[in-house]
Amino acid sequence: MLKEAVDERKKLIQGLRGKPWAMKKKLVTLRESQEFVDKYEGALGKGKGRKLYAYKVMMTKKWMKFKRDFENFKTACIPWEMKIKEIESHFGSSVASYFIFLRWMYGINMILFCLTFGLVMVPEALMGRPYGTIPRKTVPRAEAPSAMDFAVLWDFGGYAQYSVLFYGYYNNQRAIGWLKFRMPLSYFLVGVGTVAYSYMVVIRTMARNANESGVGDDNSFNFSWKMFTSWDYLIGNPETADNKFASITTIFKEAILEEQESRKDDNIHLTRFLRVLANFLVLCCLAGSGYLIYFVVRRSQKFALDGLENHTWWERNEVNMVMSLLGMFCPMLFDVISALENYHPRVALQWQLGRIFALFLGNLYTFIIALMDEINLKREEENIVKFNITTWEASHYNISASENSTSPPVTIQPADVPRGPCWETMVGQEFVRLIISDTMTTYITLLIGDFLRAVLVRFLNYCWCWDLEAGFPSYSEFDVSGNVLGLIFNQGMIWMGAFYAPCLPALNLLRLHVSMYLQCWAVMCCNVPQERVFKASGSNNFYMAMLLVILFLSTLPAIYTIVTIPPSFDCGPFSGKKRMFDVIQETLESDFPAWFSKVFSSASNPGLVLPFILLMVLAIYYLQSTSKSYKEANVDLKKKLQTQNEENKKKNKLAALKAQMDLEEARKAASPSAEHQKNNNASPDQEADEEEDRGRSQRMYHSKNGRSPPPHRHYGQLPATRAPVPRNYPHGNQGSAGYLPSFPRENEARMHRVPSLQRH
Amino acid sequence: MGNKQTIFTAQQLDSYQDCTYFTRKEILRLFDRYRDLAPQLVPLDYTCQPDVKLPYELIGSMPELKDNPFRQRIAEVFSDDGEGNMTLDDFLDMFSVMSEMAPRDLKAYYAFKIYDFNNDDFLCKSDLEKTLNKLTRNELTEDEVRMVCEKVIDESDLDNDGRLSLEDFQTMIVRAPDFLSTFHIRI
Repeated sequence: MLKEAVDERKKLIQGLRGKPWAMKKKLVTLRESQEFVDKYEGALGKGKGRKLYAYKVMMTKKWMKFKRDFENFKTACIPWEMKIKEIESHFGSSVASYFIFLRWMYGINMILFCLTFGLVMVPEALMGRPYGTIPRKTVPRAEAPSAMDFAVLWDFGGYAQYSVLFYGYYNNQRAIGWLKFRMPLSYFLVGVGTVAYSYMVVIRTMARNANESGVGDDNSFNFSWKMFTSWDYLIGNPETADNKFASITTIFKEAILEEQESRKDDNIHLTRFLRVLANFLVLCCLAGSGYLIYFVVRRSQKFALDGLENHTWWERNEVNMVMSLLGMFCPMLFDVISALENYHPRVALQWQLGRIFALFLGNLYTFIIALMDEINLKREEENIVKFNITTWEASHYNISASENSTSPPVTIQPADVPRGPCWETMVGQEFVRLIISDTMTTYITLLIGDFLRAVLVRFLNYCWCWDLEAGFPSYSEFDVSGNVLGLIFNQGMIWMGAFYAPCLPALNLLRLHVSMYLQCWAVMCCNVPQERVFKASGSNNFYMAMLLVILFLSTLPAIYTIVTIPPSFDCGPFSGKKRMFDVIQETLESDFPAWFSKVFSSASNPGLVLPFILLMVLAIYYLQSTSKSYKEANVDLKKKLQTQNEENKKKNKLAALKAQMDLEEARKAASPSAEHQKNNNASPDQEADEEEDRGRSQRMYHSKNGRSPPPHRHYGQLPATRAPVPRNYPHGNQGSAGYLPSFPRENEARMHRVPSLQRH
Repeated sequence: MGNKQTIFTAQQLDSYQDCTYFTRKEILRLFDRYRDLAPQLVPLDYTCQPDVKLPYELIGSMPELKDNPFRQRIAEVFSDDGEGNMTLDDFLDMFSVMSEMAPRDLKAYYAFKIYDFNNDDFLCKSDLEKTLNKLTRNELTEDEVRMVCEKVIDESDLDNDGRLSLEDFQTMIVRAPDFLSTFHIRI
């Protein structure tokens, strides 16, 4: 009994923040509850387990304190809070949502960086064999003179290529250093772990957003939502506030217009034809860009065969430049084409996002297909090189054998050993180059498109014929969706290439860091707040869903190459194995006790695996069908609720009409007594006349049924005069057991208020 | 960290942390913001719990609030005397409810209070009209205003008494996708 009271008090203390009480009341309640708990907690500990109980209590208190300190520490660690706040107050929450997304991505990349840096790059750098000791770690003799050139380093060749930054540097020794660090195993597991961690984080965030966003597109509260949720409380800047007022007015006017008129579909055939035409044009654009990329990649392969030195800078970087330029200009083209379609702006935004998504996806996959071609080329080259090496070695031993056996065997410089083409390093390099050129393009577009434009508009305005700031070109707005898509695709490329170039997460971290500062500055300096603020509502989960799709699509090529293509024979941690995942097998055999590998090999018996897969498929099917049936039940209940509400409304209307008729009769019958009743029930009437009449008739009705106080007065003994009583919870002073009227408690509230109405 | 500050006792800070959604550092930062509004009125030592109230004009001039059309109502709802004059407790309470961490139900309760201009625990037609006019700065015609208010009552009034009660409002607002992100002040 006492224990329950103490527990209840403890729960109250925990939930005190969420209570809609005045701060004074909360503080007083807190103090009382704490005194109560302290007093009686000691009393509970009488008897046998007293010491243990006291110890438990003390540990709980210490744990709460630790959790609180940890929370404090965590919030102190969140970076850029003030920056984002400034942007929010100037531009509203939709622009700020991009920066919040950027910060979240930064967090993910930080973890990926820690994994790759700590478990892959650092062990190899510290405990692996140093540079120059084995062939794979040395710059070949032919490339040595130019290995330090800036141009070569910028292209990630030379010394940059033969370093921990790329796959090819890593040695396939099973255990390195005094720690016996299993390098190949760690490399493989980190690769798998980064993908797994990313999946986990994205899905967890999606689930959390799905819980909060509630029901999706419910049109039943259209005007109410517009009235109560359109003002953005984050705005702290007069210009933005002006824009927001204007945008709200426009939204209301549009909504009113839609309500009043029926849709004028004045030329539906023309509209349809134009929309089909627009989609056709877009498809042509997409096909064209795909072909262009393919063509350019084949051309670059030709250039590579010729030897890269013979070509200009443009020809060498053609692929990356073309991809970046396409990513810049095609969305603008899509924007122009969508003017043909004449959709509602929100729908048009979704189409635009979808098309840009398709564009980036197409480009990425064309790039990957071209890359696969190159990989196959390199593998054929590898076979030739292997053959050459055997002849070269044979000739070498012949030479050394022909000399006298007294001379020591000639040691071969690692730089002289003929090297196989390392296709994995090549893939890593391609991705790194792509990311760098993408970053450069973004920054340069930012500087030219936003900054230069703003400077021109501001200064040329003094000597130009028309008002540059109001008309064309004016200042640019911040393109939230375009930037978010760019960020998502950038991350996709990181996920794709991280296995072959462990330096990619580090590079991305740097890039995001710089982006944050650069874009924050650019937004505050060169952009104006958006005139029409459209949030693709529920857009948080929309972007997360895209991120998930990109994550899935980017890990596919990496998984394909890991599973099907044999690793290069002379570079990387898996060299010499038939498949990259053989490292797991090797670890199981050599590092784990014998029974472990027996268990595993028996577990991988097809007789066990197939039924297991079947069981999982059945479980998925079962869960799917139950979830479908729950959804249907949900829809049914909603419909029932709605019809019930409508019926209630009808009943109430009838009752109100009936009451009014009765009132009329009563009034006619006895006018002096009616007047007397009117005086009794009048409250301060600040409301409109009709309102008062309706309310009065209801009150009369209530008083007829014996419930004397009008519903107005029922709550918490409010005085009849209009004294300021700001925070009086409707259900009056129920002491500390008051609850917020959230959904489950609604019934209770309803019962209080309308029993009379339900009685008939 | 550590108890280097002398503004509050440790127990006061802990109580504030229990009663709001803020961490220790944020509470101290908020105290600095409060004090910056009127350094001569607010003492540096709150251990003796002085009774200091800042007038509404100072609160309404904060950069977070000065462009908000509902700032007066916000201050009135959270102030003790209902006039907008806030003590430090009210100040902390206000920003705690408006912060990111407050749950939907709590925010809905206070949103209802804010939009209830005449404090009669119902959103009647005049409340809705005032809200709409503040939102559009009186740009809509009378007919349009009337139409919108009627639509709102039509949509959300479930017990059909011509005005929105707290339950009606909450049923409507918890489904709104934008509510949590717009009813939010970052400080």
